[in-house]
Amino acid sequence: MDLVKYVEGEQIKKGIPDFSPGDTVRVHVRVLEGEKERTQVFEGVVIRRRGGTLRATFTVRKVTYGVGVERTFALHSPMIEQIEVVRKGRVRRAKLYYLRKVRGKAARIKEKKFVQ
Amino acid sequence: MAIGLLGKKIGMTQVFGEGGKAIPVTVVEAGPCPVVQRKTKENDGYEAIQIGFLTAKPKKISKPLKGHFEKAGVPYSRHLREIRLDQPADFQVGQVLTVSLFAVGDHVQVTGTSIGKGFQGGVKRWGYKGGPESHGSMFHRAPGSIGASSFPSRVFKGHHMPGRMGGAQVTTKGLEVVKVDPARNLLLIKGAVPGPPGGLLTVKKVR
Repeated sequence: MDLVKYVEGEQIKKGIPDFSPGDTVRVHVRVLEGEKERTQVFEGVVIRRRGGTLRATFTVRKVTYGVGVERTFALHSPMIEQIEVVRKGRVRRAKLYYLRKVRGKAARIKEKKFVQ
Repeated sequence: MAIGLLGKKIGMTQVFGEGGKAIPVTVVEAGPCPVVQRKTKENDGYEAIQIGFLTAKPKKISKPLKGHFEKAGVPYSRHLREIRLDQPADFQVGQVLTVSLFAVGDHVQVTGTSIGKGFQGGVKRWGYKGGPESHGSMFHRAPGSIGASSFPSRVFKGHHMPGRMGGAQVTTKGLEVVKVDPARNLLLIKGAVPGPPGGLLTVKKVR
């Protein structure tokens, strides 16, 4: 499997911030519109991370005008310019699918406090 | 079939292509393959080259084969395969073929031995529908009827039945070369190829 690692190694991005489900992130995505290229920002809560190495993906959920929107990104995709961690959240499970069913107060996530 | 190489399947991964699209690829370590013998129309009745792959320990090679390799002046190879040529081409015995034969975008077909599945029933091996699982059905994955009675009074040859599955030669056609790495003798081929990781493959270029 070493050679597979070698092939993947060329594409694996370094410097991806450490984030986990429950965190709020801003994902800067490159969007191609015909000839032009611009950057779009998608901000929301990470509800899942899956896969390892080059094939890892994560899903971000946000609610716009009362409609829930989820986008799944490939972690190492060249279309992702930058990932910013806005807020660390304290959650007790790895997949936050319950957020799809709850709204308002119940959909809040407590901020993670770090003890120095 | 223009030309081909022998290779070893390494495994699968993905590559990000244009527009960030993920392309599934199989990593194949192909070549270097020395030409061991040149078969010609005059001598053998057809045009082909015999190529070797992976160097072998001398004690693993029989005496007659040693003579065969020494005549060609190439190191002992673990595997020998023939590649048929459409027309006489100039390949010299002793010449070493590498992945540089291939370019990105080439169409290839890959031949290998599929993963052995052992003795399998008709549902897995031939895609029988099987019966209902519940509601008192007592017919689940059995073969069912295998023919009529007094006529023909026999089972037709080649009737699909349970038996050994896999471990046979399989060719996957219409694959595409995504990347060539001459430094490490690597080919990245779009899609899946037959056999387990580590299996021997023949990668042929399709014109």
